[in-house]
Amino acid sequence: MMRYIWPFVAFVVLAGFLYVGLGLNPHEVPSPLINKPAPAFTLPQLHDPAKQFVSQDMNGKVWLLNVWASWCVSCREEHPVLMALARQNIVPIYGLDYKDNRKDGEAWLRNGGDPYTVIASDTEGRIGIDYGVYGVPETYVIDKQGVIRYKQIGAVTHESLQEKILPLVAELQAK
Amino acid sequence: MKHLLILLICLLPAFSYAGEAKDLAEDPVLEKRMIGLAENLRCLVCQNESLASSRSELANDLRREIREQMKKGMTDQEIIDYLVSRYGDFVLFDPPMKSYTLLLWYGPFALLLIGLAGLVFQLRKRKNTLPESQLSAEQAQRAAALLNPPKDSQT
Repeated sequence: MMRYIWPFVAFVVLAGFLYVGLGLNPHEVPSPLINKPAPAFTLPQLHDPAKQFVSQDMNGKVWLLNVWASWCVSCREEHPVLMALARQNIVPIYGLDYKDNRKDGEAWLRNGGDPYTVIASDTEGRIGIDYGVYGVPETYVIDKQGVIRYKQIGAVTHESLQEKILPLVAELQAK
Repeated sequence: MKHLLILLICLLPAFSYAGEAKDLAEDPVLEKRMIGLAENLRCLVCQNESLASSRSELANDLRREIREQMKKGMTDQEIIDYLVSRYGDFVLFDPPMKSYTLLLWYGPFALLLIGLAGLVFQLRKRKNTLPESQLSAEQAQRAAALLNPPKDSQT
């Protein structure tokens, strides 16, 4: 009897590893920027390129930085969720229009509505590299000290808002 | 006419290639150094391709970033550190030795040791369970006769 136990145990262990491993999403690469200061940047605003968006001006506020683009397909799925969040007035959403041109970005917002307080336009994608962006949409939760506390890779959904983002925002705002 | 058309079609790729070589023509030495570095870095969009070979937009931007940092005089290590601080150890094709990568580096050797230990254990057990054969004097004689037959008995 015992001689059959060990191969069986080995099989169960291997199956366990495979079950967990195959369930992971290889496109979710944990960001090393969590709990690090958000890289500072100054970029022209999308709606009014004469004006600048300065990230340090956000110190003292908890805010979301949502990286999006008019060419991004998952952003379409995410957009209604952001619109609903903006209507609730819980936390300001700032946009980073990533590798996009102004006309397309603005046209996109005219179609779907504009949930953003201010949008910075990163036409060259340089700030995106600073933030470790590798697939839009991505959303960062940044606290009052300007530290990145959470990064949502891929579209923000109602579930991720309720389970992760909003509880974290409430906790950070109370500090 | 037909031949001329075929010839023209064959020549088409020559024109399409011209745009791609621009960066290389600018500074071949720097480009070579950049490619050498980028070959060991992972493109995060198409994850099993290197930054050097990937055609994705992000890889393009990252190659531009590496090129610019090299022009600024940063060393290869400084550039790697910059990318790791942005994208994590995942960008490295050669994972660094850290507490959480110990299993990755030494796991195979541990498995080998476990296998060897198992083998030794099994062999010892087998040796103990095999019946020790004790031949009687008569049996030994017969065995010897069979194993070393006298020369003349062969005929």
